Amino acid sequence: MTTSAQVETPRRRRGRNERLATTSSRFTRALGVIALLMGASALLLALVISPPEVTQGDAVRLFYLHVPLAVAGGYLGVGLLAVGSIGYLWKRTTFWDLLAASAAELALIFTALTLLTGSLWGRPVWGTYWEWDPRLTLTAVLFVLLIGYRAMRTASVDPQLRARRSAVIGLLAAADVPLIRMSVDWWRGLHQTATLNPLNPSLDGMMLFTFFWSMVSFAVLFLWLLVHRFRVAWLEEQLADRALDEAIAQRRAEAPQTP
Amino acid sequence: MDRGGLLMWRDALLVAGKDLRIEFRSKIALNQIAPFALVVLLLFAFALDPDRGFLGEATPGLFWITVLLSTLLVVQRSYAVEAADSGRDSLRLTGLDPAGVFLGKAAAVFVVLALLEVGLAAGVRLMYDTSLRGWPVLVVASLAATTGLVAAGTMYGALAAGLRARETLLPLLFLPVVAPVMIGGTRAFAAALDGSSGEGWRWCGLLITFAVAYVALGMLLFEPLLEDS
Repeated sequence: MTTSAQVETPRRRRGRNERLATTSSRFTRALGVIALLMGASALLLALVISPPEVTQGDAVRLFYLHVPLAVAGGYLGVGLLAVGSIGYLWKRTTFWDLLAASAAELALIFTALTLLTGSLWGRPVWGTYWEWDPRLTLTAVLFVLLIGYRAMRTASVDPQLRARRSAVIGLLAAADVPLIRMSVDWWRGLHQTATLNPLNPSLDGMMLFTFFWSMVSFAVLFLWLLVHRFRVAWLEEQLADRALDEAIAQRRAEAPQTP
Repeated sequence: MDRGGLLMWRDALLVAGKDLRIEFRSKIALNQIAPFALVVLLLFAFALDPDRGFLGEATPGLFWITVLLSTLLVVQRSYAVEAADSGRDSLRLTGLDPAGVFLGKAAAVFVVLALLEVGLAAGVRLMYDTSLRGWPVLVVASLAATTGLVAAGTMYGALAAGLRARETLLPLLFLPVVAPVMIGGTRAFAAALDGSSGEGWRWCGLLITFAVAYVALGMLLFEPLLEDS
């Protein structure tokens, strides 16, 4: 992931104390290889090696994608959004702001994929794309909350105002999740459809292993993408700063020389 | 109570008094927002056949949707009065306690919204022919739900205020967050109207939890929002 602008080697650039126009480093390259290998092996296990389930048949294979996506997006993503937001309000540094922004964006994508895979799974197993199941409802509300967070980030060009307000929104949204969880559980609690319990100890050994391997793989994948998304956001910030500095320098140069 | 706490309540009263005085003089809520709520009640009657009793059955949901939509307008109005003549900057320069400003603005919105709900209750009684039974649950649920709505609304109103996209941003931010209030309010009302108040009290518990959480969050987090120019 290097930009075409980078002509010199990273080492020479670093020697000149210049910031790199790349989101890559030795650590993330290694992390990326590991994440992709883990992802590929998880897919192989989920789609080919693990056995079909007794009642659901092959539809169960979607679960090895669906649940890890939900956990990585919902727990890791929203958790890091909350951490970044609190960090920003406390320290007021760009690092925390961009951490929250990057985590929220990935959480949005993972949540969208959770809803998609859930619908595709629901059609053969429940006979419908959408069921007003508490977890589905919670995920749908979470999805809209994350869209709102993103909308806030695009609504202002002032980086400080954007960071401050986004942090408050991130924190409020994260605090709302347990309340929404509680309300939808009660709301649909009386006639909840049976959901597969992945932690069921009677689960076949191979299925259990596939399940946990997928969870770990998707978490690593999420973190790898997060590092890159963060670095892109960081470079964007630098670019905006530099463009401003250059514009000021140009205007200064145009001004008539005073004795 | 220490001196800071007392000052916070005094600031809250000042801000609430200011906002209510503006409302009393401009009568925007009375002349525009209350009629809007009435129009929404009419629209629901057009959407659901009034002869088949759907309206009576759906009253709890329709009532709270109307309240939610009206909350958006009341909150927008609450910040529109600050936008003119740099009211927001003046509010910051007065040195009032941010938590006090939050409580004051929320209290003024609460008063307007509570009066509107009384009007709406009369509206559904007359137009939808819904008999209002189980009034203790109705009153407690309304008070708790309204507190939660105004606390969240005051926060999101401040978050959207001053941005070019504020009118469209506020509903997108606010409505999903108050999903628990919509669910809790509707269920509590449905239980009360069915005569099963035990179930209703349980939902009141959820509404009170939401209200307490958002009032506390608002008092904590309002300060960074006042920093904006």
